[in-house]
Amino acid sequence: MTALTAKVAEPSPPPPEAGAPPRRGVELALLAGAVLISVLGHLHVGLATTGRIPAPADRYAVGLAAAALLAHLAVRIRAPYADPLVLPIAVLLNGLGLVLIQRLDASTPGHPTAGDQLLWSALGVGLFVLVVVLLRDHRVLQRYAYLSVATALVLMLVPVFFPAVNGAHIWIRFAGLSFQPGEFAKILLAVFFAAYLAANRTALALTGRRLFWKLRLLPGRVLGPILAIWLLSVGLLVLERDLGTSLLFFGLFVIMLFTATGRIGWIAIGLLLAALGAYAVATLEPHVNSRVEDWLNPFASIERGEGPGQLAQSLFAFGAGGLLGSGLGRGESFLIGFAAKSDFILATAGEELGLVGITAILLLYGLLVARGFRAGLALRDPFGRLLATGLASIVALQVFVIAGGVTGLIPLTGMAMPFLAQGGSSVVTNWIIVALLVRLSDSARRPRPAQEAAE
Amino acid sequence: MIRYIRWCAYFCALLLLALLVNIARVQVWESAAYGANPANKRAAIARYAEPRGDILVDGRPVTGSRDSGQLLRHERTYVNGPLYAPVTGFSSQTYGTSFVERAEDAVLSGTDPGLSAFPLWYDLARGRPAGGNAATTVRAAVQRAAYAGLGGKRGAVAALEPATGKILALVSSPSYDPNVLSGTGPRVEAAWTALNEDPARPMLNRALRETYPPGSTFKIVTAAAALDAGVVTDVDAPTRTPDPYPLPGTSTLLPNAATGCEDASMAEAVQWSCNTVMAKIGVRVGLRGMVDAARRFGFNTEGLRVPSWVSRSNFDTDMSLDQLALSSIGQFNTRATPLQMAMVAAAVANGGELASPYLVEHTTQDDGSPVRRSGRRSLGRAMNPATALRMQELMVKVVENGTGKNAAIPGAVVGGKTGTAQHGVGNAGTPYAWFISWARAQDAAQPAVAVAVVVEDASANRGDISGNGAAAPIARAVMEAALTAPGARPRAP
Repeated sequence: MTALTAKVAEPSPPPPEAGAPPRRGVELALLAGAVLISVLGHLHVGLATTGRIPAPADRYAVGLAAAALLAHLAVRIRAPYADPLVLPIAVLLNGLGLVLIQRLDASTPGHPTAGDQLLWSALGVGLFVLVVVLLRDHRVLQRYAYLSVATALVLMLVPVFFPAVNGAHIWIRFAGLSFQPGEFAKILLAVFFAAYLAANRTALALTGRRLFWKLRLLPGRVLGPILAIWLLSVGLLVLERDLGTSLLFFGLFVIMLFTATGRIGWIAIGLLLAALGAYAVATLEPHVNSRVEDWLNPFASIERGEGPGQLAQSLFAFGAGGLLGSGLGRGESFLIGFAAKSDFILATAGEELGLVGITAILLLYGLLVARGFRAGLALRDPFGRLLATGLASIVALQVFVIAGGVTGLIPLTGMAMPFLAQGGSSVVTNWIIVALLVRLSDSARRPRPAQEAAE
Repeated sequence: MIRYIRWCAYFCALLLLALLVNIARVQVWESAAYGANPANKRAAIARYAEPRGDILVDGRPVTGSRDSGQLLRHERTYVNGPLYAPVTGFSSQTYGTSFVERAEDAVLSGTDPGLSAFPLWYDLARGRPAGGNAATTVRAAVQRAAYAGLGGKRGAVAALEPATGKILALVSSPSYDPNVLSGTGPRVEAAWTALNEDPARPMLNRALRETYPPGSTFKIVTAAAALDAGVVTDVDAPTRTPDPYPLPGTSTLLPNAATGCEDASMAEAVQWSCNTVMAKIGVRVGLRGMVDAARRFGFNTEGLRVPSWVSRSNFDTDMSLDQLALSSIGQFNTRATPLQMAMVAAAVANGGELASPYLVEHTTQDDGSPVRRSGRRSLGRAMNPATALRMQELMVKVVENGTGKNAAIPGAVVGGKTGTAQHGVGNAGTPYAWFISWARAQDAAQPAVAVAVVVEDASANRGDISGNGAAAPIARAVMEAALTAPGARPRAP
């Protein structure tokens, strides 16, 4: 651990067999850039919406920089070989999210949310530091596979007993706080899938009765538990009408099963069955059906004389942005109304930052996901690989489901844009995902002692 | 496992690519269509984000803007709305715009490329320049005189400067206050419904958009056509017309309201408004000659814009001789807007040359620098200069010692012509009272004003509905205002 002194000099050169240099200096520089962009965005929004620099701008900048520095120090001390891109991307996305929410607050003066979001972000960074500091080795998590899946199911079950908010039973409310436990469940499920599949992958990949051609029946004894848990979680979500998350869990399950076994045939059959199931749900369940109708014809409500629906407003916002956008604070994305700050936050980015800005944001997500996969590739232990793949896939799928939804690529399902969207549980969860990715990438890039390298 | 992780990564890259392609489609390809969707409020929000430019009369704004604090922020206000409503029209967030508000909308709302030296900059910066102003040719004193003269009776007044075509007054009565239509919401909708259902039709701009049978005022056109065609060479020569006059090809007898019309000269016929003589002269000029003359004065012309469009005034082009006889005294299917009849008077006053009427003098940027200036434009020659001189003499006689004595102004040369137009089935409706005239200060080289007044008020005493009784005093008040009003030019920028 030479990291503390790294301010004056890079750590001693790693042994020749090591992977990459730690590159903590790069991370610090990138972090400075991310904080700078966020603070400039904060000032810009203040100037564009009120004509004044927001009053606590200096404290805002110092707070943001302090949080970034704290996270950086945690990484520098406890995960010195971590991927230097992961933390800066998370800080930048979170900072941009705060800017966008602050901007939307200006259009909804009666309902400010930026302050809450700032608190949740601080909590998220705190948890990030906590995870990086306390979790010395990701393989520890493997031991808690069954505990985590039990916790996940409980977390997903609890909101059923709370009143529905906007038609979905996904919230817990008490003491004035609202909380979406399903968000945490996705990390716990990824941990469980990774641990279980890592332990049983040989059996899954090689045994089982041959059906025909290359298709082999997966061994029921091994597949049973995981299938049951997956069905349980997706079933619960359908019960709670949390369509986006069920789609995410399904995708996560398929991707991790494929990564563990490489059995593309079963994946194909799974996807086919899922497509059939989705079709059945889409035609039978009115809630889902209306979403599909909206997707197929977003302007139908205008033609019926009922005014534009949310998706139409979202498309209008993106269209108004054009190539370069209207400029922060100069757009009209508040017309989307309900959920403009959460599910539809990307529309504000699209309108005010334009195609250029939205492309940059999506590429940031792409980069984050790519770094996750890279850690998965570089790791030696199957659990680590599967966990890295799973976490990266969670981010990728979540971005695709919600970004595709609000731009009319796929039917809209409610889900939070990672880091950008308003919502405490989501921000906190994403910081934990990033902490795990930092931990995994540190293990992947850490120079290995000779005996471990020979594993 | 390495291979499968790679495949997953490729799959995620594919998802990212699909997202980017689709967003590019929405933001670039569909952008214009989404922006033009009527349900997209952005255009309206941008339109009302800044105060709208003003419409000026005598260099002073007769409009204003009010910050409503709503989504569509600035609402139009009108100073003295009913007086200027036929000029300004309305600018409503619910019902769009009309008249000058509509014709000069691009300048007033700030979208006109002429408002900025660098229009591309505003495209790039997504802003729009402050709304410009539109200065009208209307003179407040003349407008007020016309409005007060009508005094709420149904009717209209149009006044022109004969040499240039500047519209000095444009009044329609009863009028309405466009303020009530400016915003949005149920009150505006209720006001709109009430105005549209009002039997007095206050939103109808009678000066530009209503046509009336011009009655005897049309005899000016007929007389000019006869002189131009050489059908009448000596205005004082007897015309050998019987009284009553049998319409050609029929047994119908056309009577006179005036006496002493038998065998009268054309001068006397104009002076005393003899139907018989003028009908006969019209028939002698012939259909072709009458249609040509009417067209030269502006009848049968589509698409006259001042810059608001003006209804077409009609003189039938395919008629039998008895119909031609009636048309020549402004009856049958002959119909004219008040502005059209003001143009007839203006053409006579201006030596036969017809200037195109216009209402907007110039438009300026917010800071007063010019955007566009309307110039004098000729619509051609309505009659020979000699004919015009002759017609001026005839019209002066009408006022000096004829049917239009009520229009006389001491110290000014005034020419006029009365009209009392029958209408309705079997002429059962209350006749319309017309008066067209022009006036020139005695020492001036050019006439100051030409005016047309029509009063259609049903509530008035039937006997009073005559050109001289109901319409001529209004015309006199308007002419007096135009003669005494300082040559009010809009303030220099």
